[in-house]
Amino acid sequence: MTAAPSSPTASAILDSAELDRLIAGLSGEGYQVIGPTIRDGAVVYEPLQTAAALPWGWADRQDGGSYRLVKSERNAAFDHVVGPQSWKRYLYPPVQRLWQAQRRGRGFLGVTRNPPTPHYAFFGVRSCELHAIQIQDRVFNNGAFADPGYLARRAAAFIVAVNCARPAGACFCASMNTGPRASEGFDLALTELLDSERHEFLVEVGSAKGAAILGCLSYRPAGDSDIKAAQTVWDAAANAMGRTMPAGVETLLKHNLEHPRWDEVGQRCLNCGNCTLVCPTCFCTTMEDVTDLTGRTAERWRKWDSCFTLDFSYIHGGSIRRDSRSRYRQWLTHKLANWHDQFGSSGCVGCGRCITWCPVGIDITEEARAIRDNGG
Amino acid sequence: MAIGKKPKLAVWKFSSCDGCQLSLLDCEDELLQLAASVEIAYFLEATRAQIRGPYDISLVEGSIATPEDVERICQVRRQSKKLITIGACATAGGIQALRNFKDVDQFIQAVYAHPHYIDTLATSTSIGNHVSVDFELRGCPIDKHQLLEVLSAFLNSRKPNVPRYSQCIECKQAGTVCVMVAQGIPCLGPVTQAGCGNLCPRCRRGCYGCFGPKETPNTASLSHWFEQLGMPPREIQHAYRSFNANAPEFRKESERYD
Repeated sequence: MTAAPSSPTASAILDSAELDRLIAGLSGEGYQVIGPTIRDGAVVYEPLQTAAALPWGWADRQDGGSYRLVKSERNAAFDHVVGPQSWKRYLYPPVQRLWQAQRRGRGFLGVTRNPPTPHYAFFGVRSCELHAIQIQDRVFNNGAFADPGYLARRAAAFIVAVNCARPAGACFCASMNTGPRASEGFDLALTELLDSERHEFLVEVGSAKGAAILGCLSYRPAGDSDIKAAQTVWDAAANAMGRTMPAGVETLLKHNLEHPRWDEVGQRCLNCGNCTLVCPTCFCTTMEDVTDLTGRTAERWRKWDSCFTLDFSYIHGGSIRRDSRSRYRQWLTHKLANWHDQFGSSGCVGCGRCITWCPVGIDITEEARAIRDNGG
Repeated sequence: MAIGKKPKLAVWKFSSCDGCQLSLLDCEDELLQLAASVEIAYFLEATRAQIRGPYDISLVEGSIATPEDVERICQVRRQSKKLITIGACATAGGIQALRNFKDVDQFIQAVYAHPHYIDTLATSTSIGNHVSVDFELRGCPIDKHQLLEVLSAFLNSRKPNVPRYSQCIECKQAGTVCVMVAQGIPCLGPVTQAGCGNLCPRCRRGCYGCFGPKETPNTASLSHWFEQLGMPPREIQHAYRSFNANAPEFRKESERYD
């Protein structure tokens, strides 16, 4: 696990009723608050007006290819874990117009600029997601090819993290050293303390911005018993992980590019692209240049793409990766192995989304284990 | 297209329900711009006025289901510089291609009081099975935004942005929650081409496969999952046998359940 401070430098206790004021306070500071809420049978990240929109009393049951919301035994705001969406939806929108130009004479002029940068407050960011954001930071803040839109949205964002009280069935953050406890990269971090006697939140402050917002709320300083209660929550989540990624997976995959397991998983893989789109670190996009009927207006759009499409590897003469086997291998070896060479860390944060949202339940931890256990 | 002269557009109907042609009239806001960009030379659903060919762009709706269709599509091809087929009938044979799995003579004997009036082929097939086609636009019906995109692309000599990837990618881009994973509803999205704007999953229904097979669809794996969700084999077969029953990948998968 990532080293976390055993006692936070500044922490406070908020009553659960204060969540509303926290959301209002963030709105008052000009942030659009985005947080978890229930839609169409899942927890999704959408604009929040009040704390009432949080999934109070709901938990999720997750397994390969299956996600169900279930009533929790208690009325917690954050007993759910991660859903089908991630914060990349806001930091790196799925469909974005990059520019528009009008025809003038023989050329094009009048390029329109992008709309002003939105100021988001992300409410309820899990530790794995904080790590995913930091991974995307490294992808997009890369010098010559930095993405100004992403960096502007990222710099403007306020992050309220939430420490998981329970992992979902597909979670394996503990074995990726990315959670379950949020250790850095937040402005405020909440731990929900709920028992028969109280419903409160331990708040850890991670930045001056966070301290300023906390200062607008009614709170009391956290005592030793509060920290101890929070520690119980953190430990319970860490000790209940649903899945584990085998150690040394980077080397394992690099040494097994022709393992028969790739053929086997290729038979099951639908090459539908779901795993890449729910992954909080996958960043591939395609560009579409469009014109209107008259040819007087041209636009460039950027859209989320996936290495599971044929077009993704299309070069002169055709696609390089024509079968599911080679596309699946490309994705998994990039995510778990070659990402280290490219960006200095694994591309996987153990959130389990690719397992849960694979329509046929392919489990990357199981695939890695199968390679390891069969001569890999 | 020739500079200074508006390209001539023709819209042809074969065996079909007219719904895809209607998508053109359904363009509403863009219809005036379209009318300003092309000369609508032959479009009987919109106007009786007819201008003789040849035509710069022909949109062809419907499948080849009668002997007369076979002759007429060859005439249309000869008169058309670019021929674009629109809809599941034209690109795969349509719902009427269900006859391909049965003996059509038995249907005719059972249904019609005077079977000898009926002159039909034993199969319903796509336009591409009979003449060369410059672009196939999928859907039952087609999506009007994709139609405008294809027309814009041909008018501006560029490649249409019509992805052949799965419906799932469109659902995820739109933020639609997966109905199969979150609710256990069987959905053809993972093997179906995107393009409809995820109409059914947005309404908590599984994809019916109206846009036909995606590129490299893995139907066998999806069917296996349907079985695990408890879907009876006959229903799995029916799922593949709808508007795109005769699309080769769907046809092959449904025949596994014969």
